[in-house]
Amino acid sequence: MEFLRPASWEEALAAKAEHPAAVPIAGGTDVMVEINFDRRRPDHLLDLTRIAELYEWQTGDQTVRLGASVPYTRIIERLAAELPGLAIAAHTVGSPQIRNRGSVGGNLGAASPAGDAHPALLAAGAEVEVASVRGSRRIPVEEFYTGVKRNALADDELIRAIHIRKAAGPQQFSKVGTRNAMVIAVCAFAIALHPDTRTVRTGIGSAAPTPVRARAAEDFLNAALAEGGFWDGGRTITPSIARRFAELCAAACDPIDDVRGSAAYRRHAVSIMARRTLGWTWEAFRAGGDTTGDTTEGGARCA
Amino acid sequence: MRVTFTVNGRPQQADDVWEGESLLYVLRERLGLPGSKNACEQGECGSCTVRLDGVPVCACLVAAGQAEGREVVTVEGLAQYADARSRRTTQDTTATQDTTDTTDATTAADTTTATDATTATDTTAAATRQPPPLAPVQQAFIDTGAIQCGFCTPGLLIAADELLERTPDPSDADIREALSGNLCRCTGYEKILDAVRLAAARTTEAR
Repeated sequence: MEFLRPASWEEALAAKAEHPAAVPIAGGTDVMVEINFDRRRPDHLLDLTRIAELYEWQTGDQTVRLGASVPYTRIIERLAAELPGLAIAAHTVGSPQIRNRGSVGGNLGAASPAGDAHPALLAAGAEVEVASVRGSRRIPVEEFYTGVKRNALADDELIRAIHIRKAAGPQQFSKVGTRNAMVIAVCAFAIALHPDTRTVRTGIGSAAPTPVRARAAEDFLNAALAEGGFWDGGRTITPSIARRFAELCAAACDPIDDVRGSAAYRRHAVSIMARRTLGWTWEAFRAGGDTTGDTTEGGARCA
Repeated sequence: MRVTFTVNGRPQQADDVWEGESLLYVLRERLGLPGSKNACEQGECGSCTVRLDGVPVCACLVAAGQAEGREVVTVEGLAQYADARSRRTTQDTTATQDTTDTTDATTAADTTTATDATTATDTTAAATRQPPPLAPVQQAFIDTGAIQCGFCTPGLLIAADELLERTPDPSDADIREALSGNLCRCTGYEKILDAVRLAAARTTEAR
């Protein structure tokens, strides 16, 4: 095994181009487990911890550009206002020690359907900035997950940053597990209200081969909210709408039975989390007070 | 490969390190520092918790090569680390209150301490100086009986000490959160919580 230690992003890309099978390692919270347990013996480890820019983030008008290696701890401490859903999800990752090392870039690289960041990214709206010596591209996060622990990266590409839409309204994340700390999700659900576009987006984790959005549920809810004038009136969402939304979220799952839970349980739990988080976020939106519907100009709302 | 880094204030070098080796293995098997415990090897139990450039991490999940040039504090160096921190805090207070002379004097004292810590070869100082007292969390673990088999203790001490450094007067929720990555298989959690509360109370009182 060879330990590659690039000092800059350009060096990292060159190393990855030269050794396409090299395994990138930053926080090590996934990669080192596989090495410790003899599940993986890569010829090259590509250490990304010397590359300072991967630990930085920039907050723009519409999005936050989050460096691939920014640890979850930093997201919780510094980005909870801009990325509330992701911050809540980050807080459910592992333990303080794991959150000090683990990052969204690592979650995306591993592409486990149980990764905690994925549902929050899907609900908020995000693009993954990847690069190689050939150039860089941005992949909508929905298209980034291609299968169980598979992603859209080419062999010579590395994840550089994640561009995540700043919250324009309340967001929530919910996760089922056997205890609060050190839990791999049995299943997880994220929701984000986007009052600026009058849409609601969702993300489901650990209940399908990849993280997924519940598109039919989103379409149903967006239509129901528009038809009923809910965005303008600041009305409580009716139980029948919430119930139908929850059913459609459960229907978006394609879970399996495994040691953490049965498929039927996962579907049920997702429907419960969908109904509850919709209630929480919608009530937060109503309490925010801005019910004029004038969201086209400078329409940032206080969640 | 060779890995050169600082452990508990001393420069250390490990040779013939396998590239897939963990920092924990290097500490225990190559540097003779078995305080950090090896249990789950997957970041679940926290018994290998060390400070890496000040940040609490599971040493089993840090690749040895990632420690190159970094500073590591293990339970073996915790007393000294906490001692140096409390001296700094005291000196900061004196420096702000007193004159330039005092500041100079403290700087000189600082230098001695630092040299001491890194090389421990300064004969006069090293010969006369007592070993540092136990860190407040270490003493509190002893006084409250927060130790049963002791296997989880080193990791808990590092995590608890870092909590008190960050949050001198933590709530119970803060303590539970800070220690949520450390498992005690004897389930001695109540006494462990007592110990952290006691260490916090003593440290706050001493200020």
